[in-house]
Amino acid sequence: MSNDDGILQLSEQVRSGQTTAESVIESCLERIDCYDPVLGCFQDTCADVARERAREVDRLVNDGKDPGPLAGVPVAVKDTIVSRNEITTCGSRILENYVSPYDATVYTRLLDAGAVPFGKTRCDEFAMGSSTEHCAFGSVRNPWDTSRVPGGSSGGSAAAVAAGFCPAALGSDTGGSIRQPAALCGVVGIKPTYGRVSRYGLVSFGPSLDQVGPFARSVEDAAAILQVIAGEDVHDSTTIDTPVPDLLAELHAPVKKLRVGVPSEYLDEDNDPAVNERVHAAMDVYRSLGAEIVDVQLPLTDVGIATYYVIGPAEASSNLARYDGIRYGRRATLEPGEVLFDLYARSRSEGFGDEVKRRIMLGTYVLSAGYYDAYYKRALQVRRLIRDEFNSVFEQCDILLGPTTNGPAFALGSKNDPLSMYLCDRYTVNANIAGICGISLPAGTVAVDGHELPIGIQLQAPALCEPTLLRAARMFEAAAGYENHLPDLKKTVASS
Amino acid sequence: MAHESEHMISIDEARHVADLARLQMTDEQVESCRGDLESILGHIETINAINVEGIEPLAAAIEMTNRLSPDEVHDSLPVDEVLANAPALEDRYIAVPKVLDEDGNN
Repeated sequence: MSNDDGILQLSEQVRSGQTTAESVIESCLERIDCYDPVLGCFQDTCADVARERAREVDRLVNDGKDPGPLAGVPVAVKDTIVSRNEITTCGSRILENYVSPYDATVYTRLLDAGAVPFGKTRCDEFAMGSSTEHCAFGSVRNPWDTSRVPGGSSGGSAAAVAAGFCPAALGSDTGGSIRQPAALCGVVGIKPTYGRVSRYGLVSFGPSLDQVGPFARSVEDAAAILQVIAGEDVHDSTTIDTPVPDLLAELHAPVKKLRVGVPSEYLDEDNDPAVNERVHAAMDVYRSLGAEIVDVQLPLTDVGIATYYVIGPAEASSNLARYDGIRYGRRATLEPGEVLFDLYARSRSEGFGDEVKRRIMLGTYVLSAGYYDAYYKRALQVRRLIRDEFNSVFEQCDILLGPTTNGPAFALGSKNDPLSMYLCDRYTVNANIAGICGISLPAGTVAVDGHELPIGIQLQAPALCEPTLLRAARMFEAAAGYENHLPDLKKTVASS
Repeated sequence: MAHESEHMISIDEARHVADLARLQMTDEQVESCRGDLESILGHIETINAINVEGIEPLAAAIEMTNRLSPDEVHDSLPVDEVLANAPALEDRYIAVPKVLDEDGNN
C-alpha cells in the first residue's frame, strides 16, 4: 500500500486480488509497532481481532463475493466508540475494564462495508479536552513535532492518520474534537450535520452536540468513510430520516458560482499571523477558481465558547450521572460505616480525572436551583440566535471559510489554565451549537523551532449540505495540493 | 487569595454542588475547583450582554418531534455480557450495599 493510494483504490486492489486485506492491516500494524511507542496514538490496537477481520474480507474475495465499498480498508476507531468484546475506556479510569456487549452503529456499518475497523485511539477523558493530555492512560504526541500536542479530543485518531498508521480513522466532535486535531495534525476531518451519523454506541458527552465523523488524508477518502457511516438508524432517534446523497458522485466536479463567505470575526488579529495568511491564501485559491468571496458578519462568534461551556457541561453532568459504580465501571471499596452515597461519591472521585470533575461541577452548578434561568436557559436562547445568525449568513453565501484554530499545535503542558484550553475551540464550537456541518482541511505548514507545523482551514455549510461542503473542499484541495502531505516520521521521532 | 465575601461562589455552595454531583472532594480540592469555576463563569458572563428577550430556548439544533418506533419484539443485549461488567454479582443480580438503614431511610 502506497501512502498516495486513496481508499477507493485500496479497496479496488483488495477486491481484485492485487493485494490482500491481511497484508494491508499487517503493514499498518508493523508501522504502529515501530513508531507508536513514541507517539502513543493507540490505547490498544486489538491486533488479533483486526487480523481476523482482514482474513474474513480476504475469504469473501476468494469466494467470489464483494466485501463492500471499503473492502480491506483499515479504519482506526476512537476510544469513545464501543465495539463488542473489546475494552472501551473513553480515556477514563472509571471505564478501565468496560467491555461493550454491542457494536456501535458506525462500527457495524464499517464492518458491513468490508472495512477493517480496528484498535482504540487515545482521547481526552470522555472527549473533554483539546490536547489529548486529559487521557488517563497517557498523552499522544504530534507526528510533526513530538514535543507538541496533536489537538483533541480525538488526538489519537488524527495523529494515527497523520503518522501513516492507517488511511482513515473515526473520531467524535462535540465542540471541535475532530476538526481541531485534524488541523493540528495536517489531515482532513469532518464534523457532519447533527443527526447525519448515528450516535448509538458513541459514549455520550453532550448528546445535543456530539457527532461521529472521519479523519483521512484526502477529501475523497473522508467522503468515502462518511458515505458508509451516515444515515438513519433505528437505534438513534435523533438521526435524520432523509436519505444520504451520493457524496462521491460529483465530488470532483467544482461547484459553479460558489459563494464563499468569510466572516470578519474569523480573521481576528489575535490569531497567529500564519493562520490569517493561510486563510487569505485560501481566499485567493477560491477566487482563482471563479468563486465569489463574500464579506459576511457573524458577531455571535465571540459568545460561542461561553454558550458552549454552559450547554456542554450541563448535558455532560446529567449524562455522566450514570457512572455510579453500580452496574458497570469502577466501584470503590467502602470503609466500615460508609453508605450508598459514599459508594457513588468515592467511585466517581476515584474514577474521574480533574477535567471531567470540573465540567461535572460546572454543569451541576448551572443547572442548580437559582441558576438555571441565568445560565442554562439563557445559553439555550443564545443558541437559537447563533443558529439563526448562521441561517441568515447562508442566504448570502454557500459555504463559510475561516481558520480551524487560532494557531498551530502548541507544546505539551503549555495550557494549564482550563479557560485557555477552552478558547482553542473558538472557531469550531458554533457549528455544534447550530448543528451545521464543517470540515478542516490541510492548508500548508509554518516553520516553528525547526519543525514544519500544519495549519488548517475550516469550511462550514448549512445542515445537510455535506455534498456542497465536500465539493467545495475538494476544489481547494485539488488546487492547493496539500493532500497526502504527511510528516517524515523517521526524522521527527529521531529528534524527539 | 481574595476575601471570602469577594467570591461569587461560597465554599459551602461549592461543597453543596460537589455533593449534588456525587463527587467526594477534600477541602483543598473544593477550594481549587471553586477558583476554576469562578474563572470559567467569569467568561460565561459575556452572554449576559446578548439581548435574549422573547427568544425561545433551543435545546437541540435540528428540531424534531417525537419519533415513534413500531411495537415489535427485538433481541435484547446478551445478558451474560451485560452482567460481566457489573462490579459485584450475586447469582444473576447486581449486588449493592444496603440501601435503607434500620429506620428505612437511605
